[in-house]
Amino acid sequence: MPDHSGQKLAIVIVGSVDHGKSTLIGRLLHDTGSLPEGKFEALQAMSTKRGMPFEWAFALDAMQAERDQGITIDTARIRFATRKRDYIIIDAPGHREFLKNMVTGASAADAALLLVDAEEGVREQSRRHAYVLHLLGIRQVAVLVNKMDLVGFDADRFGKVAEAIRGNLNALDIEPTHIIPIAARDGDNLATKSQRMLWYQGPAVVDVLDEFHPRTRGIEAPLRLPVQDVYKFDQRRIIAGRIESGRLEAGQQILFSPSGKVVKIASVEAWNVPEPPTSAVAGAAVGITLDEQVFVERGEIISHVENPPVLTNVFRGKLFWLSKKPLEVGRSYTLKLATVEAPVVVEKIEKVIDTTDLGERQMERVERDEAAEVIFRSTRMLALDEYRSVPGTGRFVLVDDYLTVAAGLVSMEGYPDQRRQLAVKATNVHAVGHAVTREARTLRNGHAGGVLWLTGLSGAGKSTLALALERELFAKGWHVYVLDGDNVRSGLNRDLGFGPEDRAENIRRIGEVAALFADAGFLVVTSFISPYRTDRQRAREAAGERFREIYVKASLEACEARDPKGLYRKARSGAITDFTGIQAPYEEPEHPDVIVETDRQSEAECIEVLMNFVRQQFAI
Amino acid sequence: MSHLDELEAESVYVLREAFAKLERPAILWSLGKDSNVVLWLTRKAFFGHVPFPVMHVDTGKKFKEMYAFRDRYAKEWNLNFIREECPPVEMTDPTLPPAARSAARKTLGLKAALAKHQFTGLVAGIRRDEEAIRAKERYFSPRSEDGSWNLKDQPPEVFEQYMTSFPPGVHVRIHPLLHWTELDIWRYTKRENIPAIDLYFAKNGMRYRSLGDEDITKPVPSTASTIDEIIAELETTKVAERSGRAMDHEAEDSFERLRATGYL
Repeated sequence: MPDHSGQKLAIVIVGSVDHGKSTLIGRLLHDTGSLPEGKFEALQAMSTKRGMPFEWAFALDAMQAERDQGITIDTARIRFATRKRDYIIIDAPGHREFLKNMVTGASAADAALLLVDAEEGVREQSRRHAYVLHLLGIRQVAVLVNKMDLVGFDADRFGKVAEAIRGNLNALDIEPTHIIPIAARDGDNLATKSQRMLWYQGPAVVDVLDEFHPRTRGIEAPLRLPVQDVYKFDQRRIIAGRIESGRLEAGQQILFSPSGKVVKIASVEAWNVPEPPTSAVAGAAVGITLDEQVFVERGEIISHVENPPVLTNVFRGKLFWLSKKPLEVGRSYTLKLATVEAPVVVEKIEKVIDTTDLGERQMERVERDEAAEVIFRSTRMLALDEYRSVPGTGRFVLVDDYLTVAAGLVSMEGYPDQRRQLAVKATNVHAVGHAVTREARTLRNGHAGGVLWLTGLSGAGKSTLALALERELFAKGWHVYVLDGDNVRSGLNRDLGFGPEDRAENIRRIGEVAALFADAGFLVVTSFISPYRTDRQRAREAAGERFREIYVKASLEACEARDPKGLYRKARSGAITDFTGIQAPYEEPEHPDVIVETDRQSEAECIEVLMNFVRQQFAI
Repeated sequence: MSHLDELEAESVYVLREAFAKLERPAILWSLGKDSNVVLWLTRKAFFGHVPFPVMHVDTGKKFKEMYAFRDRYAKEWNLNFIREECPPVEMTDPTLPPAARSAARKTLGLKAALAKHQFTGLVAGIRRDEEAIRAKERYFSPRSEDGSWNLKDQPPEVFEQYMTSFPPGVHVRIHPLLHWTELDIWRYTKRENIPAIDLYFAKNGMRYRSLGDEDITKPVPSTASTIDEIIAELETTKVAERSGRAMDHEAEDSFERLRATGYL
């Protein structure tokens, strides 16, 4: 039965520049009787006017600029019909710099035709485009080996090219449905079987198209309804959004993630419909009302209670980088996933993938048109899905400075769902005097609050390490703050001098302030000589279990040789008194949690030790 | 879901994104079949309400039937209606062919209206299948301060994520009907029972397929006098929809030049 209800299968045609995509499309339109009346003659006139042989590609290259340069700039959409059904062809440009347009075109496709030149064989662009199909989740692919006329319709040549491209696609988990030898310019094996390649036993291109299936949103998959908006135009309070997967019904209990609220659907709303609906399925843009007024907003994901999305503040993105500015560790981008927008920080680039040979490299940055696997950390909890389970809530883009700079898929391999953690912790929590619990802060920040108490001689390198550690952690999305003499002495402890009592009080106040910061969810790094065990013990008691003592160790000789502030010199000359290590004792920590030895280790080595320690002790 | 349901859902999603993300959006109402579908879809999206101002940039040269239609439904649909006028044709680029100059008036009127109302987004009922240049459009298509469209460097539109935030001075055109065809428009108009201007229906063997200014819009031969007959006609026709719109055909690149400088 022909299906001309208007439902169209979207086909993207990809492949290296000059492998004949536009020619293929022009010819396909002609051979299926889909060219508008007079277009063929107009094309002929256009070619004559330019003194060129007849050019099928002119059927598409609507823009003057494209005709003159002879390349396709953007994604054009062309409609045509076979006897079976209607199609939209998305013509994706082959030029390297136009990859973002190709991604735009291909992301809307049900299936793809990958075009390879019989003479040139598989090129870098062919492989890159195959990788884009892989990354955009397009698994229905047929390969057309074009320009067979230029290789004398040679079956052996076809076999070689076919084998090469099949190998490339298989490495990407794509099994081509067919590999077809064609000569697009002359129409060989397009609408009908060619008489010039009788050795080819398979179907023609049009028959292969008719075999493809439309990509649909999964109605049988778990319910995912990202909240797009909440309306209050009249007495109804309507939660609006598009169902990405599954189905819902009035009366059902639903869960909002990440907020965790559970309510019942009171009604399914619609305007100008024959009868009010009571249910809706994937693909529908719906509105629902709730049986209870709870605060929800754009960005939450509605599911059923028993099959919720993953909760996490860290995930892996398999992505394509589209921006001229490279992706770098420590940089922050805006994540857009379904309707949520949240800042995320690049924590780690796991690997950069060369899309031409699928080789993997370790890299500090990801350049334009490269693919990569990247770990992102968010300061707030995200509800999302593994792409393979629910595509609609498992794919994302990144925005930087108003521009979309990446498109990618979520992979949670190796990362736990934090929903369970959240639930277990919530039941164990006792009143702590705060409406917002410590656990809640920890979950949102992605790390616990705490105090890293750096102690050591003057000149041992405490401040240098504290500030370097702050920079590193901040870049990775941590809430971190350094307390040192500079910011404490000028305000909080302005009234204190340098006598023994005042120094003890100085450390006491710092210990209390650090404990409050830790309570607020921050990781505080303190940088004070704090020479007395009793003073440090008091600071430990203030912060409790979140206190860690870091001994920044260096010999007195080394410190005196460095003497960054000239204090040792002044102490030796008697210009200052009670100087630790000279006139006053430094009591070494008995059981420090970490020792870094700055006279034996480089700053980078010390930072590595501290970063590992911090992650292990405070990250969730 | 039927094909029309899917088209509708996609458009509703786009309209809701515009409402959620843009500070001062407005709908452009050209009074034709497409922008009437946009208004209808807006009422679908917002459950009977039209929460945007609806603006007609008036050339003063539309058919009288179009003005009657506008005045009736602005009231009946309870629209927050704005009418703005276009400047005289002498203000347009004199190097454009005559009919294109007439169309360019609308662009000037639009720019003036934008400046006056400070809209950050304009919803317009263009479709990819109308015209080859429109085929290259995005759902959310940024325009620079002077209204121009950089069609060689458009934002990527992936996974139904649209460009919804912009640097100051840039506004966005929103195209909720981009994926519809002329046939879809009529099938939906029929299903939803959306009112249509009489000029679309054949009288004396002629009808209008596309409505613009009276002096530069010509009817095409047709016997289709009902929506069903229009649908039957479109299922087999190979005549381009805008063939009656003079400005498209004066030179190979007329439409491209109009559009790059801000024409809808």
